[in-house]
Amino acid sequence: MSEEKFDPVIVGFFCNWCTSAAADLAGTARLHYPPNIRPIRVMCSSTVDPVYLIRALQEGADATILGGCHPGDCHYITGNYKARRRVAIVKTVLKSLGFDDTRVLLEWISGSEGPKFARVMNEYTSYIKERGPCDFKYIDSLGGD
Amino acid sequence: MAMKRIGVFICHCGRNIAGTVDVKKVAEEIGKREDVALATTYIFMCSEPGQKLIEESVKKYNLDGVVVANCSPTLHEKTMRNAAARGGLNPYRVEIANIREWAAWPHEDNPEAATRKAIRIINATIEKLKANASLEPIEVPVVRRALVIGGGVAGIQAALDLADAGIETILVEREPSIGGNMFRLSETFPTLDCPQCILTPKMNDVAQHPNIKLYTYSEVESVEGFMGNFKVKIRKKATYVDWDKCTGCGECLRVCPINVDSEFDLRMAKRKAIYIANEQAVPLKALIDENTCIRLQFEKKVKEGKIKPKKNVKICSKCADVCEPNAIHFQNNEEIVEEEVGSIIVATGFEVMPAEAFPELGGKYPDVLNSLQFERLLAPSGPTAGIPRRPSDGKVPESIAFVHCVGSRDPQSGVPYCSRICCMYTIKQAMLVKHALPSTAVYDFYIDIRSNGKGYEEFYHRAKEEYGVNFIRGKVSKIYKVGDKYRVQGVDTLTGRIVEVDVDMVILATAAKGSEGVKDLAKKLRIPYDEWGWLKETHLKLKPLETPVGGVFIAGAAQFVKDITDSVSQGSGAAAKAMALLSKPQLEKEPLLAKVDPEICAGCGRCKDQCAYGAISIDPVRHVAVVNEALCEGCGACSANCPTTAIQVVNFKKGQIIRAVDVLAEVF
Ligand SMILES: Cc1cc2nc3c(=O)[nH]c(=O)nc-3n(C[C@H](O)[C@H](O)[C@H](O)COP(=O)(O)OP(=O)(O)OC[C@H]3O[C@@H](n4cnc5c(N)ncnc54)[C@H](O)[C@@H]3O)c2cc1C
Ligand code: SF4
Ligand code: SF4
Ligand code: FES
Repeated sequence: MSEEKFDPVIVGFFCNWCTSAAADLAGTARLHYPPNIRPIRVMCSSTVDPVYLIRALQEGADATILGGCHPGDCHYITGNYKARRRVAIVKTVLKSLGFDDTRVLLEWISGSEGPKFARVMNEYTSYIKERGPCDFKYIDSLGGD
Repeated sequence: MAMKRIGVFICHCGRNIAGTVDVKKVAEEIGKREDVALATTYIFMCSEPGQKLIEESVKKYNLDGVVVANCSPTLHEKTMRNAAARGGLNPYRVEIANIREWAAWPHEDNPEAATRKAIRIINATIEKLKANASLEPIEVPVVRRALVIGGGVAGIQAALDLADAGIETILVEREPSIGGNMFRLSETFPTLDCPQCILTPKMNDVAQHPNIKLYTYSEVESVEGFMGNFKVKIRKKATYVDWDKCTGCGECLRVCPINVDSEFDLRMAKRKAIYIANEQAVPLKALIDENTCIRLQFEKKVKEGKIKPKKNVKICSKCADVCEPNAIHFQNNEEIVEEEVGSIIVATGFEVMPAEAFPELGGKYPDVLNSLQFERLLAPSGPTAGIPRRPSDGKVPESIAFVHCVGSRDPQSGVPYCSRICCMYTIKQAMLVKHALPSTAVYDFYIDIRSNGKGYEEFYHRAKEEYGVNFIRGKVSKIYKVGDKYRVQGVDTLTGRIVEVDVDMVILATAAKGSEGVKDLAKKLRIPYDEWGWLKETHLKLKPLETPVGGVFIAGAAQFVKDITDSVSQGSGAAAKAMALLSKPQLEKEPLLAKVDPEICAGCGRCKDQCAYGAISIDPVRHVAVVNEALCEGCGACSANCPTTAIQVVNFKKGQIIRAVDVLAEVF
């Protein structure tokens, strides 16, 4: 697959109180970012079971973003700290199995940071485009299924 | 069981969605699904006919689920749920697919991709919806009592309004007297009212109101519970005096040999080790400062084994000796009391930065004061009876300089914001100096005058025209001592010239910040605050009194520094919010909470460790996790940590999310 044609799939898990609100704000302000981001609203970043992230990569996503409130600002007090821990574990597991751990990104984007939301989506999409397809799928092509 | 007759309603939102997303095509694609009984579009789903369309389709097609593809769920989720409910569908079987903010708008430059993305978001939403259960809101009882924290003018107003509405109200103030900063003031802009004269009646009303329970010299120790049902522990600090007996006569203060700086007078006067906060304190009660009282210090050292008491040595008990009602007992009477309330108002006010924080502006000199200290020197009831005198030598100043914006609008040495009240109180103080000492020269260094309130600009002009205050538009860079005087050096920004004046006193209008210790309190309440200690409202424009914690409101300068008019208005506003809440016999709570399947729960307790609300306990008999619905907020942190998927948030079950993820992750 040539680099130009590669159109990555990125699944975004956005907490209801901060990053979803930021995504709303980015939309309202007509800030453009690539449609490669496929969003789902979750109540808190701490809801996100590591399984969701791995599953997304397995099912075809090239990358995943988890967006939550800034440290100290989680609507549920400490949810984002829990998410941070979980993401760290997922990354370690990916890495130790020989996969690319940058396919999971954790970002704090507050409800007032519409521009930051758009910027992160733009930057991460470009990064993944450069990086190429996720190696999970490479295993599929080897008959891994 | 998974839904089989889903209705999907795609909104054009005028051209907001339909201008980019090909809504016809979306409806066509979605209509192909077997589980979709109806996929249709309408120009404005939130309009009356749009809602009617949902209501009638639910009946006509016997829908078992509804997806509305429109704008952000924060806007119309409720509207759509209600519309479906009118048609007879359980409202929790309705989901919103946000195709406006999340597809049409950010991808308006790429209609084809936006359309594909809209289809995908709707498909994912359908997958999530399919296993939604029908739910009923949870009803929780409400304790019809309120707590107000902070007894400044905002808290006083809130407490009085609540009490007048028949709500039993607890007012907690950490100082020995209520009144807050307003009670320290000389006169008040823009009317020049005497603040004590207008506030004392309210303070006495608080003390006497049958519906108000007043705890002064007390602090909130802990807060548990949730909207409608808070349990609050209050620490009544040790006074060493029985307040039921103390009559406030003040005999004890006369005989106490110890003199220390008065907190109320901000070091502009002394008080005794046994003291009454101020002459008009409410309650008018004496208390002993354990850190300076000879006897209490002695007893402490004996207790710590630092000294051995000699026999027959009489330790000071002068105050107790003269106290006729025998109120002084020297016993540590600290106490924790518990109160249950349904709503909490935080009115903890503000403080101004100390002059010492600005050494380059002479803050270290005794005659360079901050504005609040100067209020005490201007107050007729203050230590100098309203005639300002230099703290260093008691001399009446022949010249005074005022400096605006000290630390404000100055992210380097202070805060980035404008402290909002300083221009007005500085003008007031300049005027009052002219009143008390007509021949004293007054210089007022300002960057620009911000007089944006009712009667404020007029007040400024009076100061300029009637009182002859010298207003100098300029930034002061340095203040230092020259002989007996203080040299104020700056630039006149109107003429560009360097200005230098030698004065007897300097008053710094220092930046305001949230009250000391407010961050700890905010953490106990779980409400947000910013780095300067201002409590954060839910929405600056539309919900300025609310916090993200249901049932907790903020009022007055605690939210951001403000004048008395605004503080009182917010006090009343927050009281009205609390009243609305407490007027209901029951509160409805979203039922989207964690639920445990005892069949598969291993009782390991991993969920319990995750819950920030202490909502989970492990049943010791059945050895399974149990969720307290009243405490659970539905964040789902527990479920992500459960190794057996036993604990799940209703309608956010793992299977539902994974199905949605599968749709989202699918390669084109
Ligand atoms: C120098 C100066 C001059 C001013 N002049 C004027 C004027 O002329 N006209 C005008 O309109 N406004 C004036 N103001 C503003 C005025 O002081 C405020 O508007 C007013 O005091 C705000 O009232 P509040 O109740 O919100 O806060 P505060 O007056 O600050 O009261 C807060 C109360 O809460 C208590 N508290 C704090 N933390 C806790 C805690 N953790 N637990 C329990 N209790 C707590 C405090 O002890 C205090 O009693 C002036 C301000 C300054 C600094
Ligand atoms: S983590 Fe899961 S299995 Fe363990 S106690 Fe909680 S609900 Fe039961
Ligand atoms: S959903 Fe959140 S609040 Fe509810 S029990 Fe689980 S961790 Fe606690
Ligand atoms: S609610 Fe945003 S991270 Fe918890």
